[in-house]
Formats: sequence, structure tokens, C-alpha cells
Amino acid sequence: MSWPPLPEIVVALLLLASGGVVLIAALGLVRLPDFFLRMHAPALASTLAAWIVTFASLVHFSARGEGLALHVWLIIIVLSITAPVTTIVLARAALFRRRRAGDALPPPLRSSGQ
Amino acid sequence: MSPLLSLAITLTLVLYVAAMGLGLVRLLRGPSAQDRVLAVDFLYVVGMLMMLVLAIRHDSAMYFEGALLMVLFGFVGTVALAKFLLRGEVIE
Repeated sequence: MSWPPLPEIVVALLLLASGGVVLIAALGLVRLPDFFLRMHAPALASTLAAWIVTFASLVHFSARGEGLALHVWLIIIVLSITAPVTTIVLARAALFRRRRAGDALPPPLRSSGQ
Repeated sequence: MSPLLSLAITLTLVLYVAAMGLGLVRLLRGPSAQDRVLAVDFLYVVGMLMMLVLAIRHDSAMYFEGALLMVLFGFVGTVALAKFLLRGEVIE
């Protein structure tokens, strides 16, 4: 039995790592007790896992000998612009709804200069 | 494609499906509306990652357009839902 070529080993390891990261994010989404804690978990999927999968497909499509396949970066660029906007808008909506419902809010941020 | 890569892709898709199942649990059970919006956004991201893995699996670049569209529609949908939660209407 011979080893598969090196790019395929790298792609396989990167894909398995991304699967683990996405599963950790999903576990956080289900297990964490509060909404503002739960907001942290899916960011793992939209940053770290997306980067890992991007590197995997970069390696895979560049190893075919047709030059660098850089079009995958487009997804990372769009995702890194849209993910923070989504998070901020959703957090503001959640704060507004909790404040109106009179539920417990997370403590306000203190500026470090005080 | 070597058996190693094929096995790794299958395992990765299984892990993604498990993660989507957990996200679906949060979507159906989520105590508040913002929990459900968060779960929908997570499902969009995982579906996009699944498209990228399928692009490697089928060795085709056609999946990238689909993944890009999923990113954009997920963003627009989540922002519209969050705006609805904030104001009670999407466009004012």
C-alpha cells in the first residue's frame, strides 16, 4: 500500500478539523444557558471553520496544476464583512427585546479609563 | 481521489449533518425568537460549508457560486429578521 499524495492528506486533515470545529460550535449553541452566551458559539463556525475549509479547497484546487485557485477567498471576504454586521444587529435586537420585556440584562460595559 | 480523502469527506459531511441537527434542536426549542434567528444563521453557515466540501468531493467549481449565494442570502435574511425583531417591520 502506498501513501496518497501529500495535498490529499493535507486536505483530509483540514476537512476533519473543520468538522470538529463546527460540531463544537453546534454543541455550544445547544448547551450554553443564556442567549448572549449562545451568540458566541456560531462565530466559531463562521470564522475558524470557514477559514479551514477555504484553505482546504485552496490546496485541493491548486494541486491540480492549473495555477493558484484564489477565487475561494471571495467567500471568506464576504463572510468576514457580513458576520460582524449580523452579530451586532442581532445583539441589539435581543437587548431591545429584553429591555422591553423587563428581563435581566447583562451588566453594562465599563470604559477602561474609569 | 484516494480512499483517504473520500473517507475524510464522508466523515466531515456526517459531522456537519450532526451539527445541523443540533442547530435544528435549538431552532425548534429556542425559548425566544432571537434564539431561532441565531439558529437559522448557523444553519446557513453550515450549509455553505457543506457546499464547499461538496465542491472538493465532486471536483467542480460550480459549487462556489452556490456557496456565495448562500452567504449573501443568509446575511440578508438574518438582518431582515433581526430588524423585524427590533422594530416590528422590515422596511420603514
